[in-house]
Amino acid sequence: MTVSLRVFLVGGAISYRALFNWIRPGMYAATMLGSPLFQILFFTYLGRATGSRDDNFFVVGNAVQVAAMSGIYGMTMGIANERQYGTLHALLGTPANRLAIFAGRSLPYIANGLVVSAFGFATAWLLLGFRVEAGAVLPLVVAVSVTTCSCVALGLLIGSIGLRARDVFFGANLVYFLMLLVCGVNVANEDLPGWLAAIGRSLPLTHGIEAARAAVDGAALGALAGPLATEASIGLAYAAVAFCLFRWFEREGRRTGSLERS
Amino acid sequence: MKGVSARLLWIGWRFHLVNLSRSAFYVLVSILQPVIFSSIAFFVARTGSEDAALLRLALGAGLMGIWSATLFGSGGAIQWQRRQGTLELLVGAPRPFLATLLPLTLATSTLGLYSIAATLVWGRLLFKIPLAFAHPWQLALALPVTVVSLGLLGLLLASTFILYRQANAFSNLLEYPIWLATGLLVPLSLLPGWVTPISWALSPTWGMRAIEEAAFGGSAWAELGACLGLGLGYLAVSAVTLRNFERLARDRATLSLT
Repeated sequence: MTVSLRVFLVGGAISYRALFNWIRPGMYAATMLGSPLFQILFFTYLGRATGSRDDNFFVVGNAVQVAAMSGIYGMTMGIANERQYGTLHALLGTPANRLAIFAGRSLPYIANGLVVSAFGFATAWLLLGFRVEAGAVLPLVVAVSVTTCSCVALGLLIGSIGLRARDVFFGANLVYFLMLLVCGVNVANEDLPGWLAAIGRSLPLTHGIEAARAAVDGAALGALAGPLATEASIGLAYAAVAFCLFRWFEREGRRTGSLERS
Repeated sequence: MKGVSARLLWIGWRFHLVNLSRSAFYVLVSILQPVIFSSIAFFVARTGSEDAALLRLALGAGLMGIWSATLFGSGGAIQWQRRQGTLELLVGAPRPFLATLLPLTLATSTLGLYSIAATLVWGRLLFKIPLAFAHPWQLALALPVTVVSLGLLGLLLASTFILYRQANAFSNLLEYPIWLATGLLVPLSLLPGWVTPISWALSPTWGMRAIEEAAFGGSAWAELGACLGLGLGYLAVSAVTLRNFERLARDRATLSLT
C-alpha cells in the first residue's frame, strides 16, 4: 500500500518533471499562461463584435476550457512521451502497481489545470471587468475542479492511444480545438446542430461549463449537483477506458514486441 | 549568381511545400483549425445582434489559418533543422542562410492558402454564404501578395528564433495576439486605442484590408502597396538580424543545442 502510494505521489511528480515539455519557466509562461489569456480576450471581443452573448458567457467558457490545455496536452505528454523518449520498456518492466503509475500521473496536471483556469479568471477580472459574487466562488471552484479532472481523464485516453499511435499530438490538437466548438465554450449547446451538440454532450467540459456558468449566475452548490455528477461520470468513464487501453497496449506490446515501435 | 538564388528559392519553396503538405500537423493547422474557427465565428454571429458579414468572417478565419501556418512553420523551421542535425550544415553552406530559410517561410505561408479555400468552401456548403466578390482580379492579386508578406514576416520571426532553443513557446504565444491586433475577426475599433498603431506595422492588417476591399468593393491598391512595402521591410530587417543572430549563435555555440 505504502509502495503504491509512493509510486502514485513521487512517481507522478517525477514523471511530470521529466515528461511535460512545457515545464521550463519561459515556455510555461508563454504557453500555459499567455496563450490562454489571449484566447479569453479573443473570444470575448468576438462576442462583443457580433453582439452575441455577454462577456461572462465567453469569459467563463474559455477560462474553464483553458484548464483542458493542461489536461489534454500535458496528460498526453505525460503518458505518450514515455514511448517518445524510449523509457516505456523500463517503466513497464517494473513490478509497480499499474493503477498507481497511471493515476499518479494525472495529479500534477489537475493542479496545473486549476492554476491556469484561476489565472484566466483573474486576468478576466483585471482586463475585462469580470466579477463574481463572494458566495459564488466556492461553487465555481468545485465546478472548475470537477471539469479539470474530467479533462485530464480525456488526456489520459489520448495519451494511452499515444502508446500505440504514431502521431498522437495531431489527435490532441484536434480534440482541443473541437472542444472550443462543440463543448459550449463559445457557442451554446442549443445553438449547435443536433449532431454537434450530441458530440459535445458526450465529451468532458460541456456539463462542467454549464455548472460554472450557473455558479457565476448565483446558483448554490446543491443546484449544480446534476451537471457536475454528469461531468464526473463522463470523466470516470473516459479514465476507465483509458486505463483499459493502457493495460491492453501493454499486454499486446509485450506479446508482439512492439512496445517501442515507431 | 542571381540565377542560383532564384533556383534555390524555387526548388526550396517546392520542396518545403510538398514536405509540409504531408504533415498531419499542417493539415490540422491550415485546414481543420480554420474550419473550426470559422464555424465558431459563424455560430456566434448567428446568435448576435450585429449584422456581421459571414463572407468577411470566412475570409478573416482563412487569414487566421495563414498566420498560424506561417507562425508554426517559422517557429518550427529552426527547431526542425536543429532536431534533424542539419542546422549547422545549412548555416555552413556557401549560400547565405537567408536564401535557405526564405523558401521555407514562404512555403509555410503558401500552405495557408488552403485555409482560405477551406473556410470559403465550408462556409458555402454549410452556411450558404454567397461567394460573390466585387473585384475578383484584385482578390486574385491580394491573396498572393498577402501570402508573400506573411512569409516575409515569418522570416523575420525565424531569424530571431535562431538564438532561442525554446522558440516554439513564442509561436504558441503569438497566435491569438496577432489575430486580435490585425483585426482579422474583431474590428480594431473595439480594441484599446494603443493597438491600432501596432496593427499598422503588421502586414496581415493590410492584407485583410486589401482582401476586404477586393471582396466588397472599393480599391485595394493602397492596402496592397502597404502590405508589399512592409514585406520588403521585413526582408531587409531579416537580412541584418539573421546575419547578427547567426554570428551570436556561433559565438555562444548554441546553434545546435536542442
